[in-house]
Amino acid sequence: MIIYGVAFLGFCTLVGIFIGELLGKLIGVPANVGGVGIAMLLLIGLGSYLNKNGWFKGKTEQGVEFWSAVYIPIVVAMAAQQNVYGALKGGPMAILAGTAAVVIAFALVPVLVRIGNKEPSAINPAKTVG
Amino acid sequence: MYESMMKVITGYGLISGFLIVGVTMWVSYWISNTFTKGRLHGSAIAILLGLLLSYVGGALTGGQKGVVDIPLLSGIGLLGGAMLRDFAIVATAFGVSVDELKRAGFVGVLALFVGVGTSFIAGVAVAMAFGYTDAVSLTTIGAGAVTYIVGPVTGAAIGASSEVMALSIAAGLIKAILVMVMTPFVAPLIGLNNPRSAVIFGGLMGTSSGVAGGLAATDPKLVPYGCLTAAFYTALGCLLGPSLLYLIIRGIVG
Repeated sequence: MIIYGVAFLGFCTLVGIFIGELLGKLIGVPANVGGVGIAMLLLIGLGSYLNKNGWFKGKTEQGVEFWSAVYIPIVVAMAAQQNVYGALKGGPMAILAGTAAVVIAFALVPVLVRIGNKEPSAINPAKTVG
Repeated sequence: MYESMMKVITGYGLISGFLIVGVTMWVSYWISNTFTKGRLHGSAIAILLGLLLSYVGGALTGGQKGVVDIPLLSGIGLLGGAMLRDFAIVATAFGVSVDELKRAGFVGVLALFVGVGTSFIAGVAVAMAFGYTDAVSLTTIGAGAVTYIVGPVTGAAIGASSEVMALSIAAGLIKAILVMVMTPFVAPLIGLNNPRSAVIFGGLMGTSSGVAGGLAATDPKLVPYGCLTAAFYTALGCLLGPSLLYLIIRGIVG
């Protein structure tokens, strides 16, 4: 049933964001620490487990796929409610500060990709990142 | 008649949101196909249109939520709000390649630290160029260049003036908007076309809405990889901003 997929997605999202909140409290940061990321990892991990055991099939998958497919329209709706006017009214310093940060980050993408390629990632098995 | 229409549209906000965004998508793909022969993604055009409309919304109403402040379009607020956005981002993780994630794991974490650090330095440098000299203002504006959440969180923690906090939020918003707008154009130049570079991109940029929008406009397949690392960025910024970064700046400017 499709609703099983949606419910499963809801479960992962809620648990992930809840863990993110707890981590924030634990570290003392007034922000959600990686909630969405943790939820994604949960979905990947639990999803493949359920898949292997035959719990996740056909219709159930569609419940997750639908939300994945409406992602772009949701992002468009998100773009339409950014405070673009307020941002531009912030003046030249705000514009320049934001722009500088973005330009540097763009320029660093190929640099870090190269570092990552050199790194022999296979010889690093002791890392256990939840 | 007008009243009844408004009642339906606002009462069924989420549904109106589906309709409005659906029409926007259709128009965007039409523009993409007829004017750019599909070279500029329809989704990129849709996001640009959204940002443009939100500017118009802000200019018309003086509100802070773009289009949502126009009553007729308030349903978009539900559709594009944090709840459904996060729900859909998590859904994109379905079908992610675990091996790709593992391969990019270490550089992803490195990208997070480099991203927060360089954005902060960029912000501080610009603030200095504009004549700010006190550690609190410099740190707050630098934190704003990290994300528009890190800015005010840091500012509140170290006691920045509300004027400086507003500036830091504006800097963060500019960053988010620029990432959405520029990513599809810059992507071919920086090799942003595979999961590993998307993980790094997410860690370097960090602004969740910017990364979510920018990758959607570039290649939807890359979205989960970028968003996964970006999810940790704001928290890392909030952690480092009022502590380590502030202490460093205070050490430098005294």
